[in-house]
Amino acid sequence: MKPSKIASWIVFIAGFLYFFVPLIGTLVFSLSTDPVGRSYSNMFADPQFFASLAFSAVIGVMTIAFSILIIVPTAFWVRLRMPQLRPVIEFVTLMPFVIPPVILVFGLIHAYGGTTLIPLANSDFGDNILVVAAYVVLSLPYMYRSVDAGLRAIDVRTITEASQSLGAGWVRILWQIILPNLRVALLSGVFLTFAIVIGEYTIATFLVRPSFGPYLSLLGQTNVYQSSAVTIVSFALTWIAMGLINVIGRRSPNQVQVAGGR
Amino acid sequence: MSYLTLTGIQKRFGATAAVDDFNLVAERGEFISFLGPSGCGKTTTLRMIAGFEQPTAGTILVDGKDITSQSPNRRNVGMVFQSYALFPNMTVADNVGFGLRVRKRPKAEIKNKVGELLDLIHLPDKAERYPWQLSGGQQQRVALARALAIEPQLLLLDEPLSALDAKIRIILRAEIRAIQRKLGITTVYVTHDQEEALSLSDRIVVMSEGRIEQIGTPFEIYNFPSTAFVARFVGTLNVVGARVLDPVAGTLEVAGQPIRAAGAIKAGHAGATVSVALRPEIISLGSHDGMNQLNGVVDDVTFLGAVVRVRIRFTDGSGTIAFDTFNNPHLAVPDPGTAITISFPPEACLVLDQAEVAAAVVPEDSGAA
Repeated sequence: MKPSKIASWIVFIAGFLYFFVPLIGTLVFSLSTDPVGRSYSNMFADPQFFASLAFSAVIGVMTIAFSILIIVPTAFWVRLRMPQLRPVIEFVTLMPFVIPPVILVFGLIHAYGGTTLIPLANSDFGDNILVVAAYVVLSLPYMYRSVDAGLRAIDVRTITEASQSLGAGWVRILWQIILPNLRVALLSGVFLTFAIVIGEYTIATFLVRPSFGPYLSLLGQTNVYQSSAVTIVSFALTWIAMGLINVIGRRSPNQVQVAGGR
Repeated sequence: MSYLTLTGIQKRFGATAAVDDFNLVAERGEFISFLGPSGCGKTTTLRMIAGFEQPTAGTILVDGKDITSQSPNRRNVGMVFQSYALFPNMTVADNVGFGLRVRKRPKAEIKNKVGELLDLIHLPDKAERYPWQLSGGQQQRVALARALAIEPQLLLLDEPLSALDAKIRIILRAEIRAIQRKLGITTVYVTHDQEEALSLSDRIVVMSEGRIEQIGTPFEIYNFPSTAFVARFVGTLNVVGARVLDPVAGTLEVAGQPIRAAGAIKAGHAGATVSVALRPEIISLGSHDGMNQLNGVVDDVTFLGAVVRVRIRFTDGSGTIAFDTFNNPHLAVPDPGTAITISFPPEACLVLDQAEVAAAVVPEDSGAA
C-alpha cells in the first residue's frame, strides 16, 4: 500500500473514532440499566418527552415557514435587482454568529416585555411568537446561504425573464419556478434549521418554553440514563433527516444545463 | 402596414448611451435581424422591445398600440434566450404549456397545442423528458416552441444559436426560418454572426456603438454598404491605400497603378490619400476588358474548403490584397512568388476617407470574417 493511502486511512480511522466513540459510549451507557433498555422504555412512557419534542417540532416548522417566506423573496430580489446589496445582506445574516443567543433573548424580553408598546413576552402566545422570531434570526446564516447557493445554481435572471415573457407575475414566478428549483438547496437549510430549533436551549429557557432542549437539560440533571437514551434517539432523528435530504436530492430532476450543444 | 414601430429609442446607462436615435418600422410577418459587434446595443434594443429594459426616450408600438411602459408579462411577446432558459423543474410538455397555463386555457386545449408544437419542432416523443435530458439543440427547439405556444404578437430571439455547435446551428437556423415563414410571425433576431443574419433575414439592421449604421435587405447590406463600418463588418474586405488622381472622373492610383471608381470621388481632392475597399470575391484572376487591373506577386495561398483565398503583394511594397477563387482541383492555383494580374469592376470600389477607414476597423472578436 502506498504511504499516502496509509496516511489517508489513518486520518479516516482517527476521524471515525473521534466521532463515534462518544456516541457508542453514550449508547452503551444508556443500555447499562437493569433491566437493559429501561431508560428507553421510560423515555417513551414519559409524556413530557413527546410533548417537548412535539412543541419543538411545531416551533421548528413555523420557523422554517417564516424563514422561507422572508429569505427566499429577499435573496431572489437581491440577486435579480440589487446585487450590489449582497455583501450587506450577507453581513446581516452572519450576525447570529456574532451576537450570542443570550443577548438576543434578553434584547427581545426588554423590547417586548413588561410595559412596552407590544408586550408579547407577557403571554404564552406572545412568547411563542418571540421564540419563532428569535429562531428565524438564528437560522439566517444557514437558510440565506442555502437559498443563495441554490439561486446561484440556476440562471435566475434569464429564467425570470422567460417566465415574464410568457405572462407570469411575481407570485407565480416565485411559487412555480424559483421555489421548486430551490428544493434541494432549501432542504439543507430546512434541516439545519430544524436541528438547531430541536436542540436549542438558551432562548427557550429564558422565554420559559416547554421545548426539547430544556427538557433534555433537566433530564441530564435528574436521570442520566434516560438523558443518554434521549440523546441517542435525537441523534438518530437527525440522521434520518440527513438521509431524507440525500434521498430527495437524488430524486430531484433539477439538473441544470445552462448552455452548450451536444 | 407597419406592425412594429420603434421611434427615437434611446437607452442611457448613466452617462453612456447604449442605444441612441434608434428608428425602425417592421411589417407584419417580417424577419428582422439586429447585427453588430458586442456592445453595439442590439440586445439592449431587443430587451426594450421585450420590456426588460425601459427606454430613456422614444416609443415602441406593436400593431398601433403603445407598449413602451407596459410590463413584460403583459406584452404578449415570445422570447428565446441564448441560454435556453427552460424551467429545470418542468418536463418539456410543461415548459411548452407554461404560458398557456398562465393564460388559464382549458387543459384539453393546452394538451393539443403542446402536441402540435412538439410536432412542429420534431420532438413529439420528448414530451415527458426534463430539459437536462435533452441536447442543446433540442433544448433550444423546446424554448422556441414554448415562446410560440402563447401565439405572441412578436417573436424575439437573442442569439439563440450561439451556444450550439456549427452543424446544429445551420440545421436549427433553417428550421427557425421555416417555422417563422409557416406561422407568419413578426420576428426580431439578434446576432453578431453575419452569416446567420444574411441567411435568415428579410431585412438586417446593422448597429455600431448604439446607433443604426444601415437598414436593408441582406443583398443591399452586403453589396451596397452605406458606411465603411457596414462594408467592413459584413463580409471580408480588402482595404488598400490609394491616391486620388481626378475626383470628378473618379480615377485613383493604387500601388502606382491607375484604377477608376464607378463615379466621382467625394472622399478627397486630387492628390489626397484615401483608401479603396474591395470584396475578395469580386476580384478575378487575369486581365479582363473594361475592368480595373492591378499587378502583383502571389504572397500566400489559403485553402478554405470551397474557395481558395490568394493574397498578392504589390511590388512597390505598398500593401497586399486578397481575392477568392473557387476550389477546382483541375485548375492550378498560382504558386507563391508568381507574378499575376487581377481584375475588378469599377463599381466594386468603395472609396473611403481616413476617418471612415478608422470607423471601419472592427474588433477581432466581433464576428466579422
